[in-house]
Amino acid sequence: MKFGVESEGEKMSANDTGIFNEMLSGDQVRAAYTNLEQWHRSMPAELRSLKQSEAEALFRRVGITFAVYGEGGDPERLIPFDMFPRVLTDPEWRRLDRGVRQRAAALNAFLCDVYDRREIIRAGRIPEHLVTNNEAYEKAVAGFRPPRGVFSHIVGVDLVRTGPDQFYVLEDNCRTPSGVSYMLQNREIMMRMFPQLFMENRIRPVDGYAGQLKKTLASVAPKKCQGEPRIAILTPGQFNSAYYEHSFLADLMGVELVEGQDLFVEGDFVWMKTTEGPKKVDVIYRRIDDAFLDPLCFRPDSMLGVPGLMDVYRSGGVTICSAPGAGVADDKAIYTYVPEMVRFYLGEEPVLENVPTWQCAKKDDCKYVLEHLDELVVKEVHGSGGYGMLVGPKADKSTLEAFEAKIRDRPENYIAQPTLSLSACPTFVEEGIAPRHVDLRPFCLVGESIELVPGGLTRVALKEGSLVVNSSQGGGVKDTWVLAE
Amino acid sequence: MLSRTADHLYWMSRYLERAETTARLLEVGARNALLPDLSGGYRNDWEAVLRAKGGYELFKEKYDEANQRNIGTFLFFDAENPSSVLSCINAARENARVVRTALTSPVWDAINTSYQDLKQLQRTERSKLSLNDLSEWTMRVCHLVRGAISATQLRNDGYSFIGLGTSIERADNTARLIDVKYYVLLPSVSYVGSGLDQSQWALLLQSMTAQRAFNWTYTGEITASKIAHLLILNRQFPRSLLSCVQWTCDHLDDIAAAYQMPTRAQDVAHQLLDDLSRAEVEDIFDEGLHEFLARFMARNAGLANTIQDVYLHGMPA
Repeated sequence: MKFGVESEGEKMSANDTGIFNEMLSGDQVRAAYTNLEQWHRSMPAELRSLKQSEAEALFRRVGITFAVYGEGGDPERLIPFDMFPRVLTDPEWRRLDRGVRQRAAALNAFLCDVYDRREIIRAGRIPEHLVTNNEAYEKAVAGFRPPRGVFSHIVGVDLVRTGPDQFYVLEDNCRTPSGVSYMLQNREIMMRMFPQLFMENRIRPVDGYAGQLKKTLASVAPKKCQGEPRIAILTPGQFNSAYYEHSFLADLMGVELVEGQDLFVEGDFVWMKTTEGPKKVDVIYRRIDDAFLDPLCFRPDSMLGVPGLMDVYRSGGVTICSAPGAGVADDKAIYTYVPEMVRFYLGEEPVLENVPTWQCAKKDDCKYVLEHLDELVVKEVHGSGGYGMLVGPKADKSTLEAFEAKIRDRPENYIAQPTLSLSACPTFVEEGIAPRHVDLRPFCLVGESIELVPGGLTRVALKEGSLVVNSSQGGGVKDTWVLAE
Repeated sequence: MLSRTADHLYWMSRYLERAETTARLLEVGARNALLPDLSGGYRNDWEAVLRAKGGYELFKEKYDEANQRNIGTFLFFDAENPSSVLSCINAARENARVVRTALTSPVWDAINTSYQDLKQLQRTERSKLSLNDLSEWTMRVCHLVRGAISATQLRNDGYSFIGLGTSIERADNTARLIDVKYYVLLPSVSYVGSGLDQSQWALLLQSMTAQRAFNWTYTGEITASKIAHLLILNRQFPRSLLSCVQWTCDHLDDIAAAYQMPTRAQDVAHQLLDDLSRAEVEDIFDEGLHEFLARFMARNAGLANTIQDVYLHGMPA
């Protein structure tokens, strides 16, 4: 599916597929991409491969590597970086910006509500069992209102695009969305390698993120905290696939990066072990799952957490970001109801649409899904990372049959969506550039105010025709530009 | 600073220093092997090298013969040997990686680049690598990292913990290097003062890059007592035991000042410094060089344990 604008034939092939190529509008290169199109055409092949290896060396030197769960091999593998940037115009971004902020606000309002008065359930807008029977629902925090009523302080909203004006929310990530370090580093590396591009295009900066994150975390310090709150990032440790990101963010914010073994509970507070003795910690940005936070409250075999942490949390001695229990809002079964949340809590119409979703838990939906399995994408309700997923049109007969059996066995475990014709962005390949499917994850911060830096992480499916952009399955990343007006 | 962070910084520099010592031993051994074997009375020199490093038993389990090739593999490339250059550089880099944010990027670059180079060396044919090249490479890496630390690290408590790792490890390692001499000579005490004895002492100087230092500091011919003085008691020589202990004390004093709170670590360190300052070369030889060194290593290790307890476990009493 090689394309370009050099010849009429190739242009046609790009359009014929019915896939929206973000660089093109009809036969023409869109204004936002004119400069990039010239840039890539005037770049000799040798220079390109030189730059590509330079980029890789930079990534490796700063240590951005990525461990893939359960795959073995090199634990310090690089996520492939594609140098061709993805561009969003000012009007496009303004809409996304409004939509993402709106969604983040609604999700937090929902979380506050379901752990308190449950008005949305009483109003009959969301079925109760979806909340209370949800694995991510934490009984342990029912009735507890975290500082400023914020449960999810960092909301990662995964977006896909199917046409010039058509964006869909694929899923919400309310717990600990990762990837923001790539957003920042991709930009850093592009600026270092191609400064000219940044003089020729008016690209809005993203480097305010760390400052905003720190401000957000400080703004939710517990009431008992006096003076400047002490913030720490809680990581599962160096063997976690996102460890680089944890240490990168700690560094940018100038806060401590701690493991469970560095913290302990005494009296009404959480303390960290330092060379000068114990120091109180007020806000914990945790990058470990609920289940591992506190062996006394959740999994007793967890070595990653801090015994007694939940007691301190519930008595207002420490703030945990995101709050335990936030996961109930980003579950794939709850996802269907997010537009409803926007209407219910904010009294607004949703700016961003959901992908139409069939819930196999519903009889009629399930019937439809089973009849159209070869056209649909089926996902596990609690799955993530692109695992346990069926892409109907790409699956062979035996895979389809196996999935059918799984759905019949536990229908409530699955949802299905139409195979979207995801947009594609020009991406460097062996012979030049070719369109590859992309998604977008902006990172929205919720504290005293709602903040969103203009940009996000663009993931790209590097394999021709592939729709799976997950870094754990061979996806790559791109710098994402939002152009100033 | 987080105790765990301090712990990683401390061990990073300990392992780095240890890598350098292994490289120096490799060089001593390689050169020693070039000396004529005039008598069946003393042991194989390579064996002496291994004994000084405490890896003799492991080596015997894995290799048939104590020849140059096997020893080179064992001391440089063997991942099962915890003191091999490979193991030490990997461990130093692993410690550094965990606390990346406490290091400047030039320091991290220097450590990470050596790790990548080492991988390259592993893939290189052994016939293309001389022992000299390997030991020189290691020392260059260590100088580079220490240079980056000295030129770019903030002079805060983290810097002091890095320094402590170096000074504690170096004190131990200098003592071990001197001790090689003891193993080489045993059991033929009669060799003391012979021509061979002289050349072995000279070799020891070479292994510590101290020939010129010796010539500048002492006049006349090379004698055991002058060399012992240089390596143990000379305050000008940066690898001498006294210099190392002084350095340990300085770092501990800096930490106490920064925290405005001395601990028993400072007491233990200054006690060791006082005793060492009062020592004379004659007393050391009277006690027996090996006995003196063993006693010193035990006290130095005790000091290291105190530092661990007080600062690196995070729960000072």
